[in-house]
Amino acid sequence: MAQTARPGKLELAPPGLGQRLATAVKVFFRLLGHSKAGFLGFLGVLFFVVLALAGPIIVPDAGRPDMTKIYQPPSLEHPLGTDYEGRDVLKQMLRGGRAIIVVAVLAATLSTLISITFGALAAYAGGWPDSIIMMLTDVVLTIPQFPLLVVLSAFVKLDRPWLLATLIALLSWPTLLRAVRAQVLSLKEREYVEAARALDLGIPRILFGEILPNMASYIVMSFTIGMTAAIYAQVALYFLGLAPLAGENWGIMLNLAWVRGAIFYKDSLMYILAPVLAISLLQLAMVTMSRSLEGVFNPRLRES
Amino acid sequence: MDDVSLSLEAGEVLCLVGESGSGKTTTGKIVAGLLKPTSGSVRFRGQDIWQMDKAQFKAYRRAVQIVHQDPYASLNPIHTVFTILAAPLQRHGMVRSRAEAVRRVVELLETVDLTPPESFLFKYPHQLSGGQRQRVSIARALTVNPELIVADEATSMVDVSIRVSLLNTLQRLRDELGVGFLFITHDLAIAKYFAWHGRIAVMYLGRVVEFSPTPALINDPQHPYTRALLAAIPEPDPDLTRRKGKLQLRSLDIPSLLHIPPGCSFHPRCPLFEAGLCDVQRPDLVPIDEKRLVACHVVARERTGTIAKHMASPVGISSNPMIGADRGEYGKESS
Amino acid sequence: MTAWQRSSTSNGNPAPVLSVRNLEVRYFTRAGTVQAVRDVSFDLRPGESIALIGESGCGKTTLGLALLRLLPKGARIVDGEIRYRRRDGQVIDVLQLDQEEIRRFRWQECAMVFQGALNALNPVLRIWDQMLDTARAHAALSRDEVRERSERLLRMVQLEPERVLNAYPHELSGGMRQRVMIAMSLLLDPQIIIYDEPTTALDILTQRAIIEVLRSLREQLDFSMLFISHDLPLAAELADRVATMYAGKIIEVGDVREIFYNPRHPYTLGLIKAVPPIVGELYDISSIPGTPPNLIEPPPGCSFHPRCPYARERCAREMPPLYEVGALHTSACHYWQEVKLERQVVETGD
Repeated sequence: MAQTARPGKLELAPPGLGQRLATAVKVFFRLLGHSKAGFLGFLGVLFFVVLALAGPIIVPDAGRPDMTKIYQPPSLEHPLGTDYEGRDVLKQMLRGGRAIIVVAVLAATLSTLISITFGALAAYAGGWPDSIIMMLTDVVLTIPQFPLLVVLSAFVKLDRPWLLATLIALLSWPTLLRAVRAQVLSLKEREYVEAARALDLGIPRILFGEILPNMASYIVMSFTIGMTAAIYAQVALYFLGLAPLAGENWGIMLNLAWVRGAIFYKDSLMYILAPVLAISLLQLAMVTMSRSLEGVFNPRLRES
Repeated sequence: MDDVSLSLEAGEVLCLVGESGSGKTTTGKIVAGLLKPTSGSVRFRGQDIWQMDKAQFKAYRRAVQIVHQDPYASLNPIHTVFTILAAPLQRHGMVRSRAEAVRRVVELLETVDLTPPESFLFKYPHQLSGGQRQRVSIARALTVNPELIVADEATSMVDVSIRVSLLNTLQRLRDELGVGFLFITHDLAIAKYFAWHGRIAVMYLGRVVEFSPTPALINDPQHPYTRALLAAIPEPDPDLTRRKGKLQLRSLDIPSLLHIPPGCSFHPRCPLFEAGLCDVQRPDLVPIDEKRLVACHVVARERTGTIAKHMASPVGISSNPMIGADRGEYGKESS
Repeated sequence: MTAWQRSSTSNGNPAPVLSVRNLEVRYFTRAGTVQAVRDVSFDLRPGESIALIGESGCGKTTLGLALLRLLPKGARIVDGEIRYRRRDGQVIDVLQLDQEEIRRFRWQECAMVFQGALNALNPVLRIWDQMLDTARAHAALSRDEVRERSERLLRMVQLEPERVLNAYPHELSGGMRQRVMIAMSLLLDPQIIIYDEPTTALDILTQRAIIEVLRSLREQLDFSMLFISHDLPLAAELADRVATMYAGKIIEVGDVREIFYNPRHPYTLGLIKAVPPIVGELYDISSIPGTPPNLIEPPPGCSFHPRCPYARERCAREMPPLYEVGALHTSACHYWQEVKLERQVVETGD
């Protein structure tokens, strides 16, 4: 059944990295086009990312205190009103996102990296590596995360972003690790993994080439959840005054609003609401977008 | 799986037939080195694979490959056909450049009758039909030039009209490349067609109960279980199938693997059952003539004068097989 | 009058209990409209057993579901008629029944046992509870009546009622659960039972038990059976008549012996040649090259022609109707006269 060679009829070179990235981007936008919610989520995330990065550049400072204008309701001059010192809330909002988001991304990345590496290793290797890792995980899991953060904050000055991020990550990896391990355990039994073993493709290739890519959307979702958890942890720390109140981020704004009695004034509603809304919308945007993106990672869901 | 001994010559076809729970898939995985037997040995060219050093085991791994049953689960959905086939080639240094990889993959696709090969190269598994996916699985197994392919129900989930052409492809591989096959199936009709010039081993509840060349097994089955199976299979011929004598079994219940009956595991259902013998002594797989082995006391006694008990060590058919399982066990509680 | 109508009234046969005409079922998907069942017509006579044979994607399961109006969301019956004749002689149009009437129609008049039915039992309820629930859902029967019927039917399928009724599904083997489902389908004494792949996923010996059970049930009770399968030998065992389906259409129908010994459609011929008998010498078997067509935009003409060894130019243009090729035997092939099976006669082994 020999096939006569057809000289150069079809492009036989496999798609290179550049081409593959281009396809991924194309699929990304096509998928978002399919789902209105996903597209809105994407816009939301984009908005907040730009806000976080560009905010402090656009608005170099939040203005000087002006005690004649405390707790003013929203007006043309101050669209979100003023705070307890008469400063513009909107400007503070624009400046306040970066710290929170940067720390959240750092924490989520770190936590995801730890849990994937050790979760996949534990699941694939089995035996004593698995037992040791699981024991460690269970111990950390039983530690109440937030109270520990509270205690640690008494000993460690949480003024550097990476310090805060590391701390948060160190307490949130166990849950994700267990989930990753469970997924890998199940994928390990798949027939294409067995075939890869028979072909002696090697553990790194099997883990990173066969198993983990099939979990990609799962990992992205976990990253998103890691971010939301980190944001809440930070805001809680700031709100309770356990993290240094230097600078202006949304958490600090909430703390100051509360402590300075903003809740007693009807006019200062936006001062409290603005950071809360911003955080909630960011979470919503991330979750919505990551859900509709499953198709980027799994060609089967693409409906080509 | 309990006390299974088999052997395969290079380039031979051995069909492992049994119903679900018979241990045939487990046996296949043990032969492919994907499962370690609880006791007993698996020998490749005389050497126990679990005692081999790293290099020898690597060579063994490449020599024995597996093709799975489910075309929808046997290929990684995120990889293209090219990636799936090129990975082992690149990993084992069999190609030195991407262009060479492409050429070799095209060759492999042609070998498994996926033509024109170029149109399959960059497709994803979900874009192919079941039969096409199975061919890709087979091509994947061929990438490392194996000497034995374990086909675990490789044609069971494929439509009837495609099944035969898949089998023909496999047969061609045997003829042209000299690849041996351990073909696992529950379908005796397929086993008959594929292994006509080879042998069939029938398994029941983890043991081999009959091991014969195919024509003999199909037309002159010895073990009562084999005879029951052959009689039970519906024929695609209305008159024939209604004429066919059905073997009446003593019980319709299938024992669970957790409570295997003592003595011969088939005795609760066996029409040849003899109290005091079959429920007490477990029959060994013994030769009843030059080429056939049966694990049944009654048949052995009829044919050879003695019941089915080993004299000394288990007797195989050939003295120097390429691959063999020797009293392999898996999953049994130690007793 | 179509060939169908003629053949069903000509030789004084009893009137059919189910009469399907020009049934058309479509799935509306994002990718397009799939014509799953195209212009299907057939009759089912009282006490008769018809096998609907076809491979994956031919529309046979969709047809089965359509008969009971159990199609999933996204699928609709867009054309055709399904007429059912009750025991008292009244003929009703199944497609016109309202919700309440269709609920009574299902299970009382026509029952269906789905593919993988052995897994259809609720794992947290005992068998008896499920029998009672099913019976009560479709008819008003007293507990005692249901009890009596369940026991009788379970005995007929070779199961011990005392043991089975009190058991949970996981305590029974696959074969036993399948038999329970068969008994359940007969609970309300329907005239028609539709079995979708009754023996797939079962072991050979269990399959044999199910086949024997179905045979004995047909002898003891009075119902018609429509069973859907891809397994040709099963049709040889259980069917009086066989209809083969391809790409949403019924392409050949006839008496079981006619179909197996004298098939008149190239696809049926191909199927038969692909499945050899187990006994005897080595047969020559062959496969059918190619794949079934995409049912979103089916090409004109005969759906099978790209794979057909008898195809000619006319086949690509003109969709063949069901020609009468013998007594109660029809085939949708322009060149049916050329289709011949060379049978190799086989004696039984022992």
